[in-house]
Amino acid sequence: MEVKKAFAGTLESGDIMIQIEPSDKEGLQINLDSTVAYQFGEQIKKVIVETLKDLGVENAIVTATDKGALDCTIRARVTAAAVRSTGKDVWA
Amino acid sequence: MQRLRRTMMFVPGNNPAMMSDAFIYGPDSIMLDLEDSVTMAEKDAARLLVHNALKTIDYGNTEMVVRVNPLNTPYGKKDVEAVVKAGVDVIRMPKTETAEEVQELEAEIQRVETELGCLGRTQIMAAIESTKGIINAYAIATASKRMMGIALGAEDYCANLKTQRTPSGDELLLARETIVVAARAAGIYALDTVYSNLNDMETFRKEVELIKRLGFDGKSIINPRQIEIINEVFTPTEKEIEKAKTIVAAIKEAAAKGSGVIAVNGKMVDKPVVTRAEHTIELALAAGVITKEDL
Amino acid sequence: MSTLKERASLISSEATKMGKQVYKEGGKKATTFRKDYQKESEKLVSLEEAIKQSGLKDGMTISFHHHFRGGDKVVNLVVDKLAQMGFKNLRLAASSLQDVHEPLIEHIKNGVITSISTSGLRGKLADAISRGLMKEPVVFRSHGGRGSAIVNGEEHINVAFIGASSSDPLGNACGFSRSENAKSICGSLGYAIPDAQNADKVVILTDDLVAYPNTPASISESYVDYVVEVESVGDSSKIASGAIRDTKNPRDILLAKQAAKVIINGGYFKDGFSIQTGSGGASLAAVKYIRESMIEKGIKASYALGGITAHMVKMFEEGLIEKLIDVQSFDKVAAESIRDNEMHKEASANEYASADEKGSATHYLDMVILSALEVDVNFNVNVLVGSDGIIRGAIGGHQDTAEDSALSIIVCPLLRGRIPCVVDEVTTLITPGSSVDVIVTEYGIAVNPRRPEIAERLKNAGLNIVDIHDLAAKAKSIIGNPAPLPFGDKVVGVVMNRDGSVLDVIKNIEA
Repeated sequence: MEVKKAFAGTLESGDIMIQIEPSDKEGLQINLDSTVAYQFGEQIKKVIVETLKDLGVENAIVTATDKGALDCTIRARVTAAAVRSTGKDVWA
Repeated sequence: MQRLRRTMMFVPGNNPAMMSDAFIYGPDSIMLDLEDSVTMAEKDAARLLVHNALKTIDYGNTEMVVRVNPLNTPYGKKDVEAVVKAGVDVIRMPKTETAEEVQELEAEIQRVETELGCLGRTQIMAAIESTKGIINAYAIATASKRMMGIALGAEDYCANLKTQRTPSGDELLLARETIVVAARAAGIYALDTVYSNLNDMETFRKEVELIKRLGFDGKSIINPRQIEIINEVFTPTEKEIEKAKTIVAAIKEAAAKGSGVIAVNGKMVDKPVVTRAEHTIELALAAGVITKEDL
Repeated sequence: MSTLKERASLISSEATKMGKQVYKEGGKKATTFRKDYQKESEKLVSLEEAIKQSGLKDGMTISFHHHFRGGDKVVNLVVDKLAQMGFKNLRLAASSLQDVHEPLIEHIKNGVITSISTSGLRGKLADAISRGLMKEPVVFRSHGGRGSAIVNGEEHINVAFIGASSSDPLGNACGFSRSENAKSICGSLGYAIPDAQNADKVVILTDDLVAYPNTPASISESYVDYVVEVESVGDSSKIASGAIRDTKNPRDILLAKQAAKVIINGGYFKDGFSIQTGSGGASLAAVKYIRESMIEKGIKASYALGGITAHMVKMFEEGLIEKLIDVQSFDKVAAESIRDNEMHKEASANEYASADEKGSATHYLDMVILSALEVDVNFNVNVLVGSDGIIRGAIGGHQDTAEDSALSIIVCPLLRGRIPCVVDEVTTLITPGSSVDVIVTEYGIAVNPRRPEIAERLKNAGLNIVDIHDLAAKAKSIIGNPAPLPFGDKVVGVVMNRDGSVLDVIKNIEA
């Protein structure tokens, strides 16, 4: 799916800021900066990838700045960024 | 036992940190807000946040309410879809003025519930925030069998009245009484408006005492610090509890005998007294001042 | 008749028997006006001179206190000078180290400092040490444990460098100043007192040199060898903040109310009780609720210990607390109170919390409220190493007060963001579970199974008592399973128990 540059989320504690940009390469390139990178870095990346694939976003550069967000927040922010990026909403 | 709704705590729908731990403060209900506390540019993101939070976070026994945007905005219908899909308990409709608006919301809920196969799951409460809404209070309260309660929204109402809020609350008296009367007539809950000056807990307590006297079930709140005061005011006194316990014991005794007549010390107890005693016990149990074993 | 002259031979023979000299008349009296004379002393030298005269050599141990906290200038000033003078291979025995001591990284790299003992580490220095900066592991001790080790010789100090807010030329030194030139104030100098009493040589550094006698003094001239006047011992704004600021954080308020309920209903809230609380938001707020209950029930405390704060001083002034025992003043109000109130007693680290000093105040402590970075299902507590494996705290009086008190209460949120604070096993063991009685979280209160009577009392008071395993499970259900930390194989820290035994080691963190 075609993406343009968009972001969602904040840098408040417990939140995550997600930015999606077009990529000229195949696949999802994820740059993660997290306050809990040691313990949850892989898990956060997994949630980002799963959420984007579910929405049909296959190729993009994702920059994530995490302040200890829970998985449900990450899913919400990634979805919001993707909806803004693709222009395709998840609601009827 | 009926659900207690002494405190309904507002939580902005775009604040994940507050959404994830609001229930630790022990409000009876949490109201995640998609309306006034969310800017237009963030409506889409807040909707997703609320949807995912409701689906994932274990809020225990706390009742989950979402205030959606009015249906005549570009956000209202999407809000309803998102929160019904996430299994919200109650949708709070802001700025309700007519029964038709409630029915319009009900139709939207029904559409989504039909798709999900869970028809009838979602309740509605209407916030009345205008003079027109107050005039139509009973019609609104009885507009749908999904109606859980009606609440007063005093800020818009006062602007509409061309006055402002005062510590005594004289300007709200008619609206408050109308809401309580309409709610009781419809057999649903009556909930009071917010009090937003967190630095004046004394006036807040007076307001809570007032609305309890008027017959309200509870109040919308904006900060966890307000919970304790409301619970204190709504907790029955020892004397009230003792009296209620005697009556409840008499009810049990009568039931055991198969008798329809309830008597305490040889005197017959009227139905309203019984109802009030039961309510007192419920409040006392919820406040933790008595346990089921005490009965 | 017997005259001095006639007794001369007898005096001489008695002196010979005793191996003493016979008295000979001395020189001239000093006749300077004492007000002027009192401004001088042979002890008054430059820092470099003090170091030279002290006999400090490579490989020896120097010591510092942390009463100036984040504003401390003494450690960096002295170690810079030692480096300049060419010293190597020194052991630094501090009561604690802070963010401000980041320059030590360079001194460690250059071999000036090769060994450290402290209560805690923070900031970039802590980060570098956690990643393996030092060859020798840092030794971590509690405040009481450090006091004991200094007295029993396990931590022998060659030269103690003690910053003081005022001192006279003889070395009568205080953590405050009575003069109009006062530049800094820290209140109690409790952690420096064992150093002063036991070090081979003691150097006082002060930014307010006052005339003799600067008494009553925290540190008596009899322990002091050198007095050095410096521009500044610490940045006052970072030492002690001013007024009481009540927390508005609803989570802190919730935790505080629960902690206060544990105090009030735990069985020790009786007339004449003693208590210690910390300086964290929740702990401070708890004091507020305890105070209300004391007034309501007409209960007074015999003493408050700590870690004295403005809240405690207020209650002392109201007559709710009879005495304050102060090893460290947490704010300006407390620091001024120790200067002005006789019943606000300064206590040395040993008088405060030493395990082998039977009269130490912790032995007579009823209740303590403490914080934690992590607690585990066995009630073990970690206050030193973050959940990311980086050292970011201090043992402080945690071990001491938890073990000695009749009822120890840990206040700790279940989660800090996505970091769990109730876990299966703490990252590092600091205070053993056998010392810990109650853990207060926003998701319920856990009571150590060793204390069933406490659990019973709290249940009867209507508090939400939960199993600690349920708390750990709840944390996991909210945040998921954290990945294991990438620890290496090098030991970067050794955690001592207060009795001198080794509790745990800290491994280096990789990545």
